[in-house]
Amino acid sequence: MSYVTSLKCRECGQEYPITPVHVCETCFGPLEVVYDYARIRKVLTRASIERRPENLWRYRELLPVDDGEPEMGPFSGFTPLLHARRLGAEVGLHKLYIKDDTVNHPTLSYKDRVVAVAITKAREFGFTTVSCASTGNLATAVAAHAARAGLRCYIFMPEGVESGKIVGSTIYGAQVITIRGNYDDVNRLCSEIADKYGWAFVNINLRPYYTEGAKTFGFEVAEQLGWRLPDHIVVPTAGGTILPKVAKAFKEFKELGLVEGSFKIHCAQAAGSAPVIAALHKSSDLILPVKPDTIAKSIAIGNPADGYYVLKAVRESGGWGEGANDAEIIDAIRLLARTEGIFAEPAGGTTLAVTLKLASQGRIKPDEMVVVSITGNGYKTLEAVANIIEQPVIIEARLAEFDALYERLPNGKRAVAGAA
Amino acid sequence: MAIRVRVPTPLRRFTAGIDEVTAGGDSVRAVIEDLEQRHPGMRERLLDGSGELRRFVNIYLNGNDIRFLEQLDSKVKDGDDISIVPAIAGGR
Repeated sequence: MSYVTSLKCRECGQEYPITPVHVCETCFGPLEVVYDYARIRKVLTRASIERRPENLWRYRELLPVDDGEPEMGPFSGFTPLLHARRLGAEVGLHKLYIKDDTVNHPTLSYKDRVVAVAITKAREFGFTTVSCASTGNLATAVAAHAARAGLRCYIFMPEGVESGKIVGSTIYGAQVITIRGNYDDVNRLCSEIADKYGWAFVNINLRPYYTEGAKTFGFEVAEQLGWRLPDHIVVPTAGGTILPKVAKAFKEFKELGLVEGSFKIHCAQAAGSAPVIAALHKSSDLILPVKPDTIAKSIAIGNPADGYYVLKAVRESGGWGEGANDAEIIDAIRLLARTEGIFAEPAGGTTLAVTLKLASQGRIKPDEMVVVSITGNGYKTLEAVANIIEQPVIIEARLAEFDALYERLPNGKRAVAGAA
Repeated sequence: MAIRVRVPTPLRRFTAGIDEVTAGGDSVRAVIEDLEQRHPGMRERLLDGSGELRRFVNIYLNGNDIRFLEQLDSKVKDGDDISIVPAIAGGR
């Protein structure tokens, strides 16, 4: 690691060497990677970044990997940032942007970022088996990157995950094990397995390195907006990894003199699994675990490991947060698809739905720049919308039948005539 | 009384490296006290200054998070299974 100095406990400040450890021995607090920003400042400039390939390693001095060309994730990251004009016009937000990780490479979710970093680190530490506790997006990402790295892979999931996600891990050659219980049960078991088997669990014993990959989402937003920070960014919260790291990314860029100004970061959760929002609304620091019940399965974590840091990041920036119920999530998925041609999974619907709520509350003004974080592709969760989407019409293969139909359809002849 | 307690890696320095120990007590709090008697140093890692469970520690009683039960006052009986797990893990 050229620019990493140590691991440090976020709670008590105790420092540790760079090893696959994620928990402080003194207070059980989470460990975080510490960088030598003074040295990074000398090499990382806008110009040096802009010269690099368009992937997440663009910002590698701010990632916890050793020197040398990283082999994992050569096409991961640097996903599109679009100005959502049609959506913005419909909802009254003129500077609405979508950061579109639905097309992240290779597994179509923001998890490709954190996994590329984690697998790189696993190889640097000499692990030969990688693993994770996952409801889906993380699993497929770990399986895919492990396959490319030639590492053995074990994936643990709670039963009931969408079939696409199970197939989407097994196809890469990973061994998938489903557990009777929910995500938090799976997590607990995996902590115990990690302890006993000495495997690299990307989101457990490699967690401090893994989570750093999430910063690249924020770095890219700042760079793609033209080296500036948005007024607002709305981020979904499940385990609490991405939101605090996006805030950290913006702060690091400011510290390094790459951007200026301030931002507000807002938290989006599914109403059926919103322990962080509950604590936020009660002005409390204490996050009470909940039993998740929402179609947004990918963000249904009842006991978020980093929930406390989400609250901190939100409050520090003057942001807020809301929950969206299942109907609001589906409506938002359809709205985004219909106006911008982007098909998000329920986590993305959640984030857009919450953005609209914050706007209706007046917390996001019509002329302010707001980025909606879309973290996963809807094609991976077709079950969520399959039952409520309109079924196609069936007619005989005769022109007269189509003529008659076209007269009747609400978006047919009458709609065109009306527009004329 | 025999209650099985699974010990995570960061606490094994108090149990001479052993990952599963036995303890007694009729509540989780009592079991922690008993663990402290047998393996001094454990209690301070689990409970904060006011005697409450530390933020980043989860305790499971027969697979159930005690925060969903009666916290440290959750009743324990012979043959029960307690698992101490650091709270940090996650990501979907």
